[in-house]
Amino acid sequence: MAEKVLMKGNEAIAEAAILAGCRHYFGYPITPQTEVAAYMAKRMPKIGGVFLQAESEIAAINMVYGVSSAGLRCMTSSSSPGISLKSEGISYLAGCDLPALIVNVQRGGPGLGGIQPSQADYFQATRGGGHGDYHLIVLAPSSVQEMADLTMDGFDLADTYRMPTMILADGTMGQMMEPVLLTERTKKEIEKPWALTGTGKKRKHNIVTSLSLVPEELEKQNFARYERYRLVEENETRYEEFMMEDAEICVVAFGVASRVSRNAIIAAREMGIKAGMIRPITLWPFPKKALRQATEKVRAFISVELSMGQMIEDVQLATQCRRPVTLCNRAGGMIPDPEQILAAIENTSEKMGGVLV
Amino acid sequence: MIVFQKPKTLTDAPFHYCPGCTHGIIHRLVAEALEELDIEGEAIGVAPVGCAVFAYNYFTCDMVEAAHGRAPAVATGIKRARPDKVVFTYQGDGDLASIGMAETVHAATRNENISVIFVNNAIYGMTGGQMAPTSLPGQVTQTSPYGRDVKTAGYPIKVCEMLSALDAPAYIERVAVNSVKNVKNAKRAILKAFENQMQNKGFSLIEVISACPTNWGMTPGEALNWIEEKMIPYYPLGVYKDQTKEEKP
Ligand SMILES: Cc1ncc(C[n+]2csc(CCOP(=O)(O)OP(=O)(O)O)c2C)c(N)n1
Ligand code: SF4
Repeated sequence: MAEKVLMKGNEAIAEAAILAGCRHYFGYPITPQTEVAAYMAKRMPKIGGVFLQAESEIAAINMVYGVSSAGLRCMTSSSSPGISLKSEGISYLAGCDLPALIVNVQRGGPGLGGIQPSQADYFQATRGGGHGDYHLIVLAPSSVQEMADLTMDGFDLADTYRMPTMILADGTMGQMMEPVLLTERTKKEIEKPWALTGTGKKRKHNIVTSLSLVPEELEKQNFARYERYRLVEENETRYEEFMMEDAEICVVAFGVASRVSRNAIIAAREMGIKAGMIRPITLWPFPKKALRQATEKVRAFISVELSMGQMIEDVQLATQCRRPVTLCNRAGGMIPDPEQILAAIENTSEKMGGVLV
Repeated sequence: MIVFQKPKTLTDAPFHYCPGCTHGIIHRLVAEALEELDIEGEAIGVAPVGCAVFAYNYFTCDMVEAAHGRAPAVATGIKRARPDKVVFTYQGDGDLASIGMAETVHAATRNENISVIFVNNAIYGMTGGQMAPTSLPGQVTQTSPYGRDVKTAGYPIKVCEMLSALDAPAYIERVAVNSVKNVKNAKRAILKAFENQMQNKGFSLIEVISACPTNWGMTPGEALNWIEEKMIPYYPLGVYKDQTKEEKP
C-alpha cells in the first residue's frame, strides 16, 4: 500500500507529473517554483527522462511545443514573469491543438513584483494571456494533495481535448508542506495520429502548424476549437461546496484564499451567520452554473482574492448581477487573514439586515 | 543553367517563391539529401517564420511550423523526444540571427544533435524587405532607407564566425548558391550536416548565402552577381568549425 509522504507542493507537482508519464521537463529558474525544476533535475536522469534547463522561458515553452508535436507528454513550470514570456508559445500550442502542462506558481506583480504568493495572473490564465481566441484548461489546487492530483488530471485533460492545461497555483501552494498520497494511475492512453513520428514512408506527412492565410479556413478552425471548448465546459467544470446547504452569504475563493476563507466561514457560523463557500477548482471552465444556481438561495457573494479583484468579474458574470458581489482582497504578495474575511462576511450580513433565523 | 530532377522527397505543391529566389534551390538541396541518405521516413523538419514558412508543404517528411526564431528550441524538443529521428530546421536570417539568436546559440552550445539550414539573404523577405541582422553596411532596405548606418544600426552579425567561437558545435560551414560550383558545394555541405546527425556528432549549421531579388530590387542575374561581389567578400565561404573527426567526451 502506498503511504502518505510529507512533501512541498512544488515537489508534489513534479512527482505527480512523473507518475502521469511525463518524461520531458523544460524550465528556467524563478522563485517560488524552482523546486519543480530542482526535483526534475534529480529524478529525470534516473528514470530515463529528460530534464533540460532552457536558456529562457521562451525556449522552454518551445521545447515543450517540440515534444508535444512529437506526441509525448511534457511540461514546463514557472512563475508569473516567466509565464508572460511563455505566452506566445502557449498561443501557438493552442493554435496547433497541442496538449501540454504548464505550471504557474504565481507571485506578486506587475513587473518584477515580488516573490510572495499572489493570484493576480487570473486574467492572464483564464482570458488567454497570449494572442488570439483560445482557452486553457485552468486548474486551481488548494492543497498539496491537489497539486499532485490536478497535475495528473491535467495531463489527461490536455491529451483528451488536445489543448494546453495550466496549473494555476500560488506561492503558498508551492512552498507549503503537507502529507500527500502519490499513487500511480493507469495512464489514459490517447491515440495521437497527428503526431510527428516520422512517416516511415508509410503514410502522408503530418504537419503541425497554426498558420492559415485563408480567413474562411482560419475561422472554421476557430469555430471547431470552440466547439471542443464547449465540451470542456460541459464535462470538466469542477468546484467544491463548503457549508452551502443553507448558506445566505457565499464566499467564492480558490487556492490559498479558499483555505483562509474556510476558517472565516466556520467562525461566522459560530456567530450564527449562514456563510458558505463555492471553491472553483477549474477556473476555466468557471463553475458558472453552480454560482448561477446559488443565487436562488444566496443573498450576497464575496470574492476573496490575492489580487486587485479579477475573479470577481467571473462571479458577477455567472450570477448575472442578481445578487450583490463584493471584493475582499489583499495584493502584492499579501494574504487576507481570517479576521479580514470574517469582517467582510459580518459586514455583508449587517447590510442584509443582520442575522437571519 | 542549373537543371534539377525533382527529388521524391519534395511534394507536388508548387513553390510560392519569387522568380530568381534561391530558397527553391536550397529546398531542393535539402530534399536531395533526405533522398540520398534515405531518411525521408525518419526526418522531422521545423519550418521558420519567414518566406520559408510554407516549407512544411514542400517536404514529404513530417513537419512542424515554429514561432518566429524558436525553431532550434522546437527541434531540441523533438530530438529529445525522438532521438532516433533526423531533425532539421530551415531558418532565415531574421529568424535565426535576430529574434532567435538565443535559441541558436544555446542549441549550438549544447551541441544539440540537429541539423540547421540557415538561409542568409541579408534582408527580411517575408515582411517586405526590412533590415536584417545580416544586412551589409550601407545596404538600403525599407528600414534603412539611407543605407545601413553602422553607427546607429550596428554591424552585420557573422553567424558562422560567432558560433565557431563556442567549444561545443560539431560542424559550422558557410556556402552559397549563386553558381553551379557553389551549388554543388552547398549540396555536399548540407548532406554532411545530415550525416553528422546520423552519426551522433551533434550540432551542424550550414549557412547558405541566398538571393532575394525582389527585396534587393534586382533582376535574378544581378542578384547572383551581388552575392559574388558584395556578400561573399563580407561573408567568406568555408568550413568554420569541424569537430566531427574528434571523439568528444
Ligand atoms: C513574433 C513575431 N515578430 C514578427 C513577425 C513578422 N515577421 C514575419 S517574417 C519576418 C522576417 C523574416 O525574415 P527572415 O528570417 O530573414 O526570412 P526571409 O523571409 O528573408 O526568408 C518577420 C519579422 C512574426 N511573425 N512574429
Ligand atoms: S521575398 Fe525574397 S526571399 Fe522571399 S520569396 Fe521573394 S525573393 Fe525569395
